[in-house]
Amino acid sequence: MITVVRPGPLALLQDLGRPGLAAIGVPTSGAADRGQAALAHRLVGNRPDAALLETVLGGLELRSDDPLWCAVTGPATAVTVDGRPVGTHRRVLLPPDVPLVVAAPPRGLRHYVAVRGGLVPPPVLGSRSTDLLSGLGPAPLRAGDRLPVGDPTGPLPPAVRLPPPAAVGELWLTTGPRRDWLDGTGWSALVGTTWEVSAESNRVGVRLTGPPVPRRTDAELPSEGLVRGAVQLPPSGQPVLFGADHPVTGGYPVVAVLTPTSADAAAQLRPGDRVRLRFRPGPAGGAHPVEPGAPATAR
Amino acid sequence: MTDPFRAVPAGVPGRRLLPCGDEAVLVECADLADARAVLAALERTGPAPAGGGPVAEVVPGARTLLLRLRTGIDDPAVAALTARLLTAPATPDDAGGPGRGAAPTAVGAPVEIPVRYDGEDLAAVAALLGVDPAEVVRRHTGTVWTVAFGGFAPGFGYLVPQTSGGHLTVPRRDSPRTAVPAGAVGLAGSYSGVYPRSGPGGWQLIGRTDLVLFDPDADPPALLRPGARVRFTDLGAAR
Repeated sequence: MITVVRPGPLALLQDLGRPGLAAIGVPTSGAADRGQAALAHRLVGNRPDAALLETVLGGLELRSDDPLWCAVTGPATAVTVDGRPVGTHRRVLLPPDVPLVVAAPPRGLRHYVAVRGGLVPPPVLGSRSTDLLSGLGPAPLRAGDRLPVGDPTGPLPPAVRLPPPAAVGELWLTTGPRRDWLDGTGWSALVGTTWEVSAESNRVGVRLTGPPVPRRTDAELPSEGLVRGAVQLPPSGQPVLFGADHPVTGGYPVVAVLTPTSADAAAQLRPGDRVRLRFRPGPAGGAHPVEPGAPATAR
Repeated sequence: MTDPFRAVPAGVPGRRLLPCGDEAVLVECADLADARAVLAALERTGPAPAGGGPVAEVVPGARTLLLRLRTGIDDPAVAALTARLLTAPATPDDAGGPGRGAAPTAVGAPVEIPVRYDGEDLAAVAALLGVDPAEVVRRHTGTVWTVAFGGFAPGFGYLVPQTSGGHLTVPRRDSPRTAVPAGAVGLAGSYSGVYPRSGPGGWQLIGRTDLVLFDPDADPPALLRPGARVRFTDLGAAR
């Protein structure tokens, strides 16, 4: 078992979520930054579908009853074991009853703490993810919470130390299903603006603020399925980048979709960060249907 | 490597394939009935999501099907599948089928939802429709509904009339309520629905049921899923 001594601003359990239940209104959820979560698991030899901790702005302290291999991934920050700096992106052996502390990072938002064997509280609908939109899965962790640790499922990999991810200043997107709700001016506004991340951002979505992006129409869109990374444009003209806990369907046009890597990077944006959206043509040279005259390769 | 957006065959009118990032495509259909026909074609001829095909998950919408892929969108199997869906017959079973705009007949007995028609907006809905509250109840219980698609919350189904018991189209409330109780039965646009749990909501509330719409520990966890038919019955509470 491990004990959460201090959860920091927000500590959640996450895994790969609940794919396959969208038809009954259950979002996928799962780790917000899938790449960093997968990396943490690999460093301690876990399967990719194991559960780990996802924190916001560090502040986490935990202890283990038994010696336990751990790995912390996410933005560069100070990580200590019993007060000794150990760093991120490597496996470390946590001795019994000493604190592992993840400090608040100077940049970035979410850390992942994987323990060898994974965390194994009871799953809900096949997943241990906390879905903040739907209220499914374990409650956000509180000081004193005890979490069971599973048995190792594979060999311990060679000890490596990897670099933390670079800070994010731009996100890459491809055209979305409702790209045609923007004319050339609107598209240029979307990809030509330096956006600021709103304080009203969370696992459901990152809200961007800036000069409103004009839409060609104020028509209503019948609800349609959403994906993680969808760039939705409500009538306010302020884009929303949907995250892991996005609703299953939405009624505002999705004009663009972040690449999976950029969807991960968006999960590391914090309020006040500035970010640009850059267009990446489609898989076969940008053959996506856009209306004639639109700047299909606008940058 | 095959781009599914190139060389799309002349499909059924009203159907389009729309890009949705590196891990999904959106099939837009002529309307809800057409979307259900394409979903039927996907389930009949396409690889089942549980199998090893390119589609990991299908998310039905009001007139769309979102296909979440387990392969890249440049997988030739995706192009083959989407070409098949764009040309699939518009009406899988024509004989006695419902008219355009309605949902096709689903198998199985309708789910019965007993309702106390004492919702806070019942009188307002009646006024909007120019009838008395009893007529609203008569129309709501006289309609056979079909679950068109999910979303909003686990266990919530957007219900559309399959056979109409009378006109029930009303706008959403001007300002949403911050707390709608679990089991509240509402109307918005041409949809009806039941709130699976308490939360904010802008639908016009006409009644309430004690049925549990969603229970993550139950199998199946949701009472309603796309394609299911629904009938409301009047528990006859004071109104």
